Amino acid sequence: MTRRLGRWAIALGLLIMVVVQLVPFYVALTTSLKPRTDLSSQWLFPTSGLYLANFQTAITDGHILRAIGNSALITVVSTAIICLLGALTAYPLARRTTLGNRVVFSAIVGLIMIPPLSILVPLYSLLNQLGGINTYWGAIVIMVVTQLPLSVFLYAAFMRSLPIAIEEAATVDGASTTQTLFQVVFPMLKPVTATVIILTSVSIWNEYALSVFVLRSPDVRTIAPTISTFVASQGSNLGAAAAAALISVVPVLLAYLVLQRYFIKGMVAGAEK
Amino acid sequence: MTGTTKAAIRTKVRRRAGAPFAARRINLLYLPAILLFLGFTIYPLVNGFILSLSNWNGYSPSRSFIGLGNYFRLASDPVFHNTLINTFIYGFGSTILQQVLGLSLALALDRAIRGRNVARAIIYLPVLVSPVVMGTMYYLLFSYDNGGLNDIVVALGGSKIAWLSQAGTSVAIIVLVNSVQFVGISMVIYLAGLQSIPTVYYEASQLDGADAWQQFTQITVPLLRPAFATSVVLNLIGGLKLFDVIQVLTGGGPGYATNSVSTLIGKAYFDNQSAGYASAMGIVLFIIIAVLTLIFNTVLNRRRLEGL
Repeated sequence: MTRRLGRWAIALGLLIMVVVQLVPFYVALTTSLKPRTDLSSQWLFPTSGLYLANFQTAITDGHILRAIGNSALITVVSTAIICLLGALTAYPLARRTTLGNRVVFSAIVGLIMIPPLSILVPLYSLLNQLGGINTYWGAIVIMVVTQLPLSVFLYAAFMRSLPIAIEEAATVDGASTTQTLFQVVFPMLKPVTATVIILTSVSIWNEYALSVFVLRSPDVRTIAPTISTFVASQGSNLGAAAAAALISVVPVLLAYLVLQRYFIKGMVAGAEK
Repeated sequence: MTGTTKAAIRTKVRRRAGAPFAARRINLLYLPAILLFLGFTIYPLVNGFILSLSNWNGYSPSRSFIGLGNYFRLASDPVFHNTLINTFIYGFGSTILQQVLGLSLALALDRAIRGRNVARAIIYLPVLVSPVVMGTMYYLLFSYDNGGLNDIVVALGGSKIAWLSQAGTSVAIIVLVNSVQFVGISMVIYLAGLQSIPTVYYEASQLDGADAWQQFTQITVPLLRPAFATSVVLNLIGGLKLFDVIQVLTGGGPGYATNSVSTLIGKAYFDNQSAGYASAMGIVLFIIIAVLTLIFNTVLNRRRLEGL
């Protein structure tokens, strides 16, 4: 009897948690489909037909689609650089474990601890001197230096688990270092590269703390800063804010639906450091 | 004996063949990354410290050295004291809440129940959404006029509550929103931890007459320590550097009541033109996070060894 009761309590608790996670999306949906004058409860869908002007406002005034394009560009380029640099950097650190290299490795991993805002002032003024404010390259440099340490860590951990014998065999067969690296080692890195791509692209796609200061012009702004400025500019027009938020969720939702398995696996691998 | 000779031969072969990682020049591979870090992480960190010793306003070419003046100012600034308290509430509050919720969810979803995968996927979903976007959606829910939560309060016979314009409720809501959004991370870490415990342990203890509670405290809890350590350190760092959610839900207000050190740095630099003062806050935040991470890593790792 108590056992059955316990099972019901657990199921109820789970159900509540699932509902809690869906409520914000639901409320955003109902709000986005009503005009500002409709003061019916957020818990109800509109009764007098769907109102789509909020989505139009979000796209024309909020420039949400351009923001998605900017985020996509910055995410793809930064992630590609992070994968390549991460693997190249990790290789000597994983395979040539001299004292110096161990120090370099710990120092790079230690960089993960630096909170982005704590270097805001010097980083902003440095980028300002170099002309990197409001540019794609400025944002890409920031993304690369903030995300690279984790990628180096993950690549190095994975490389250490690969058998050395394969690389030795390649060398015995006369392969040069470059050949060994690009034709023997890199092809073995597919699983960890999937993890790195997922972790870094999610972080970069959602990055806000530094991009809100560095990307101020609407032409280059990414999603997170665009949403926050748009919401602030709309004041009481919650419908348009909700519409903007929902549009920006669509790409993430699609990626999650298609790649769900990899997402959760990748997050676990990234967390277990 | 044979083992040693084999190893000796192996080393010889490796040297003669020149395995790709044997030569020192292989270190050239990490040179580009090191240069990037030196230019855009280490130099800013050092320069941040130097700026924190000045009264720079953020744009003028002139600035003068004021020693530890900014740090003394921080020590006596009531706004900063309140901000520091908030930062610890965000850090430790989120960490505690996420362990409780994350572990409960993992235990509930570790068993074979219907809809398990769907529940996991939905609880995990907000982790992937930008905190700015999640915050915007929660903002609708907590808004004073026509907000979903106030609808319920009014329906239950109460009067509307200004959730986000009082310091106390705002700080609590920020902790709650941050914890609920990222609870999926803790859940997934604990699930991985639970799955790494061999089922033989449970079977053997059952034969020895252990009940469910004994199994939980004697097997599950000690063997979850690595997962616990990982989850606590990740959540703590995330909570201490909290920025996005605060910015969207309250903007640090009302007044300065809900700022974290991160949001206050942005304000001091861009709104108040106190770049030197903002740099000092940055250094303090970095030291807090570094010290707490090291302490928690050491304590939790030692415990893990004792547990095994």
